[in-house]
Amino acid sequence: MTDATTTAPVDLSVRLVAPAGPVDLTGAVLTASGCAAAGRELDGYLDLAALGGVVTKTIMRDPRSGRPTPRMAETPSGMLNSIGLQGPGVESFLATDLPWLARRGARAVVSVAGEDVGEFVEVATAVRRATSGTDDLGSPGTDGGVLAAVEVNISCPNVANRGLVFACDPGTAADVVSAVRAATDPRVPVLAKLSPDVTDIVAIAASVLAAGADGLVMVNTLLGVAIDVDRGTPVLSRVTGGLSGPAIRPVAVRCIWQVHAAMRAGLLPTAPIVGVGGVRTGRDAAELVLAGAAAVQVGTVTFGDPSAPGRVQAELGRWVGDRGASSLSQLVGGAHDAVRTGGHA
Amino acid sequence: MTTAAATDAAPAQVRARVVAAADTGVYRHLVLAAPAASRARPGQFVAVAVGDPTTSSMLLRRAFSLHRADPVAGTVEVVVAAHGAGTAWVCERQVGDEVDVVGPLGTGFDLPASGRLVLVGGGYGSAPFAWTAASVGPGVVVDAVVGAGDEARLCDVDGIRAAVQATGGQAYVTTVDGSAGRQGRVTDALADLLGEGPPGPAGSEGGTVATGTVVAACGPMAMLAAVAATASRAGQTTGRPVGVQVAVEEAMACGIGICMTCVLPVRGTDGRTRMLRSCTDGPVLDADRVRWDCVGAHGASVPADAVGAPEGGAA
Repeated sequence: MTDATTTAPVDLSVRLVAPAGPVDLTGAVLTASGCAAAGRELDGYLDLAALGGVVTKTIMRDPRSGRPTPRMAETPSGMLNSIGLQGPGVESFLATDLPWLARRGARAVVSVAGEDVGEFVEVATAVRRATSGTDDLGSPGTDGGVLAAVEVNISCPNVANRGLVFACDPGTAADVVSAVRAATDPRVPVLAKLSPDVTDIVAIAASVLAAGADGLVMVNTLLGVAIDVDRGTPVLSRVTGGLSGPAIRPVAVRCIWQVHAAMRAGLLPTAPIVGVGGVRTGRDAAELVLAGAAAVQVGTVTFGDPSAPGRVQAELGRWVGDRGASSLSQLVGGAHDAVRTGGHA
Repeated sequence: MTTAAATDAAPAQVRARVVAAADTGVYRHLVLAAPAASRARPGQFVAVAVGDPTTSSMLLRRAFSLHRADPVAGTVEVVVAAHGAGTAWVCERQVGDEVDVVGPLGTGFDLPASGRLVLVGGGYGSAPFAWTAASVGPGVVVDAVVGAGDEARLCDVDGIRAAVQATGGQAYVTTVDGSAGRQGRVTDALADLLGEGPPGPAGSEGGTVATGTVVAACGPMAMLAAVAATASRAGQTTGRPVGVQVAVEEAMACGIGICMTCVLPVRGTDGRTRMLRSCTDGPVLDADRVRWDCVGAHGASVPADAVGAPEGGAA
């Protein structure tokens, strides 16, 4: 494994903007929520500190056991998962996992969720309390602070009540984002993670941006089902699961494309898009960037290739150089220019 | 739980060349040159990528209990059964091919320093046991029960027999169809070895097992549950408690603790049950901590009393 992330020949920094000012990530590639635990398990396979950030597994207020097994089904170029947001609860996370990331020199994007708006606020408040003004965690939103951003998981499909997928409705999505934004340190950007399982993702994006989201993460998994035809039963214990992996990359590219196009057309306020969905090489990441992503998360592929996030960041850096650019930011949304000028023909 | 875990070698991701490959019964035996993964203990496993991790349509690693690891030769060995397209790909590897390997992973067996060790393997679950028997200290006598559905599915009987005989122990073979060894299941022979029931026809010395017996088992979940129950019954009948360590087989996506798919309900030292990852908290678990009442042939449920269980039981 050659980890060339530190020798990338180009500028891969990404600027997020919180209400109190900008937050710069030193790298454009992050892990994806639910695909890196809280980072520690990947230490040794790649340099976590060289990434743009470690996006944690979604944190909720209380410990959660998650769902029965089987929780996983491999599918063509993808997988279904049905974990059910298993986790230790926010206090355990803040006491052990976040300080570990700080000691490791990594930047954390903390993914938060709740069963209702009140729980989202409780988790965000606990994160703010633990990261505001403590010496060992640094100042939030600064280079020395472990907390780079909060990602609001309004789109996990593995909840008992599909009505709880806040990201499927513009009103509930906005309610959650607005409450988390209000509960979060103004120096910390709040990113809203959206579901592709909606009729009009531009409308959801508009709603969460109006509610105060400082950026968008697109996309979460798509809902799927796999059936064991020998046994004649669904593979997953709770039937449905979230589809992820390279199989969904064109869906992610489409969602990023539509929202970035709407921003260009002035239909939405301009905000950074963090692309996620099936990326396993630098060229895959480049596809999301050309569609409009300012940064890219590497998720499911990490299960099969634990060094993937670092490798993808190095490959993305080489691609930027090969394109003759000095920084990744010059290439964000570039494929839209080609369409506008007829260069796609 | 194992006490040596703190000193286990850190896992590494390596491109490993196949240096030997052979069919053995219905299985494929592969020897891989992987020096960074070769400082391992019996019970640990490796996770193998199917094809190239940047192009394969099968994204998830396949986990294989180590048949043997040799840090001097820099090799790890696995015995693979072709269950589906991914394991079939692994079985098709030839000498000179490269595979992407992560290891060593998980907990190993906590081998006793004295007394008697009984190894119980079902199918390719027996794969680690010749190595295990050769890894115990000079004060340990090792017996083995090697079982399978039929003769072709027995794994490494000759290697295990030689290794346990070197410790002064014996190997006992069972097959469900009677095509080799004693007709029956591994638990039939284990019950005899632990002093419950009549001595077996294969020459086992029923009831001679001393106090301080440790059982280490590897195989399908139903077999592990039966082994745990058999040992528990024998302990009650004879008044000589038997410690059982099981190496569990759960479907895994990653093998390194990030996907949360391979969880099992396991009781902790505080008496509370949690859904633990069999890849990092296992695969070797103390059998009396596993909530067998919630483990079935096709998955595990969440006990209603588990930490963080939804109100009213499983979600």
